[in-house]
Amino acid sequence: MSIILLVEQVLNGLQFGVMLFLMAAGLTLIFGVMGLINLAHGSLYMIGAFAAAATAAATGSFVLALMASLVAAAAAGALVELTVIRRLYDRDHLDQVLATFALILIFSEGTRWIFGSFPLFLEVPDYLSGSVTLPGGIEYPRYRLTIIMIGLAIAAGLFALIAKTRLGIQIRAGESDREMIGALGVNIARLYTLVFALGAALAGFAGALIGAIQSVQVGMGEPVLILAFVVIVIGGIGSIKGALVGAILVGLTDTLGGFLLPHLFATFMDASAAMSVGSALAAMSIYILMAGVLLVRPTGLFGGK
Amino acid sequence: MKFRTFATAIGIGVTALAAQAEDVKVGMITTLSGGGAGLGIDVRDGFMLAVKQAARDDIEVVIEDDQRKPDVAVQLADKMIQSEKVDVLTGIIWSNLAMAVIPASVAQGKFYLSPNAGPSLLAGKGCDPNYFNVAWQNDNLHEAAGAYATSAGLANSFILAPNYPAGQDALTGYKRLYEGELAGEIYTKLGQTDYASEIAQIRASGADSVYFFLPGGMGISFLKQYADSGLDIPVVGPAFSFDQGILQAVGEAALGVKNTSQWNKDLDNAANRAFVASFQEEYDRLPSLYASQGFDTANLLMSAMDKADVSDTEAFRAALKEADFASVRGDFEFGPNHHPVQDIYVREVIKEGDVYTNKIIGTALEDHADAYADQCSM
Repeated sequence: MSIILLVEQVLNGLQFGVMLFLMAAGLTLIFGVMGLINLAHGSLYMIGAFAAAATAAATGSFVLALMASLVAAAAAGALVELTVIRRLYDRDHLDQVLATFALILIFSEGTRWIFGSFPLFLEVPDYLSGSVTLPGGIEYPRYRLTIIMIGLAIAAGLFALIAKTRLGIQIRAGESDREMIGALGVNIARLYTLVFALGAALAGFAGALIGAIQSVQVGMGEPVLILAFVVIVIGGIGSIKGALVGAILVGLTDTLGGFLLPHLFATFMDASAAMSVGSALAAMSIYILMAGVLLVRPTGLFGGK
Repeated sequence: MKFRTFATAIGIGVTALAAQAEDVKVGMITTLSGGGAGLGIDVRDGFMLAVKQAARDDIEVVIEDDQRKPDVAVQLADKMIQSEKVDVLTGIIWSNLAMAVIPASVAQGKFYLSPNAGPSLLAGKGCDPNYFNVAWQNDNLHEAAGAYATSAGLANSFILAPNYPAGQDALTGYKRLYEGELAGEIYTKLGQTDYASEIAQIRASGADSVYFFLPGGMGISFLKQYADSGLDIPVVGPAFSFDQGILQAVGEAALGVKNTSQWNKDLDNAANRAFVASFQEEYDRLPSLYASQGFDTANLLMSAMDKADVSDTEAFRAALKEADFASVRGDFEFGPNHHPVQDIYVREVIKEGDVYTNKIIGTALEDHADAYADQCSM
């Protein structure tokens, strides 16, 4: 195992983490501000990917496809918030889980109805394909490097939004005391729709970015959703900073665990047994991480109360 | 999510309740929703096309969706056996679901005709007189790939597959007839969609070729990421990652890849030409190997119905064993463990007009039987 391979795996973990952050940021905002558990967040990721694939097929432009994913997911998010989610804020979490689970089924079968059961095609554009040579002779795909940079830029933008803008102040106020900001004359209903649409847009954007290197298919959002929940539990519910740290921790643990554990076991057992024990343990590694974090900090790394 | 299609729905009259003794009721449990739905839909469409073409009034098909979940499949099988009273079960795509359903079904005296999954256990020690596999034993296409790799002079393969029964069968199968060295061997997570880590390891391993078994969306992700990684060592795979349903989603990344299959649309026999043409006419898309397997399964069943009553288990089993039907694969017969003995071909991914598809470039193995037959005693 060379140092170049290790650095490449760290970059892969970082890229995975940054993608998880885009999902987890929306999820944690929605949970933090509105107290809502949104299982349908994975569907918004899928909607972004399908909107991007359809737009890319029609226009051939990847930039337009990314914009379409933002618009489609934000619109779907706002629509769902206005028609369904709005009625759930005062209900308990079980009702929210039930209703948003129903939304997953509706979105999945609706997407199948429109686009069919076979995966769609979405391609990395020519100017982002291929690989670049980083200092030290590391060859790394250009597209993944772009994803890391876009993700970090969005993270910076979100921090600025939360810390510096009026909307950010309202979001933070909403997290700490919902009734009070209503009493102060902030239009809560509008704020909720905005936050939900923002979270949806981030998820849809992540779906489009990932759709180009994975497969755009019905149900693609659910595995990511589970990981995003792990991220916000580790990071602390409601905290954007927690989501970023948690996402990168999960990304690195998952990638490096899958890579290093089999090597570790191979030092004292035979290669194919080490492979299967190592990969089984690697599959559990992020959940072990989550359990460990919760033992030490029951509210997550950056969780409040 | 759940729905059922009676054969009546596609225009075949069935006397529903007053079924006569020789009527056969088929329970099809397959994956029609979620990530792997394309495979189940192809099996179903191939099967129903054969039933429709036969235009017979003594077969009724009940179709249910297993959502690719073993627990759902088991419930559906119980329901079909106990309340629907089906005679024959079929349809399951995935080996983990097959292992959950098939042993229990045949133990209750039902026939099971597998249009896809062929786990090694059911071909060897766990074989059963009432279980017939119409597709292949899981290892078969991988064995063919290993044989092809050896004949193509590949000597240092990096191999990977998901960590589940069919994945383990796959790598075992490849190694059985592959004579070169292994540059590396990885089991990935089932359902994994990001292969950056594996691709980095392939790059570092100095392999001269890559063999992978990643069915469905996993294969699409792998191929797109592989093409984008700048690696250019040749890739070999089984047909599952290069079937008609997913090639369009992979696009150019798949062009030129060699893959092994027991069927292709350009196989030159009358049954296949008619099948490909009628499938396109009926469903407005090219058939995949899954569709061909569904089609063969239905024709096998109907050939047995012509010879024996399903209530006469011994005779019906013997009639199935004869496999007296025109397979779209050409020659087709069952080995002693009720798994196919058949030719397996090497195909290459090409582009025909705007459509990505396969063409046969050679035969990897002739009259190939599986490696587990001698462990089966029945």
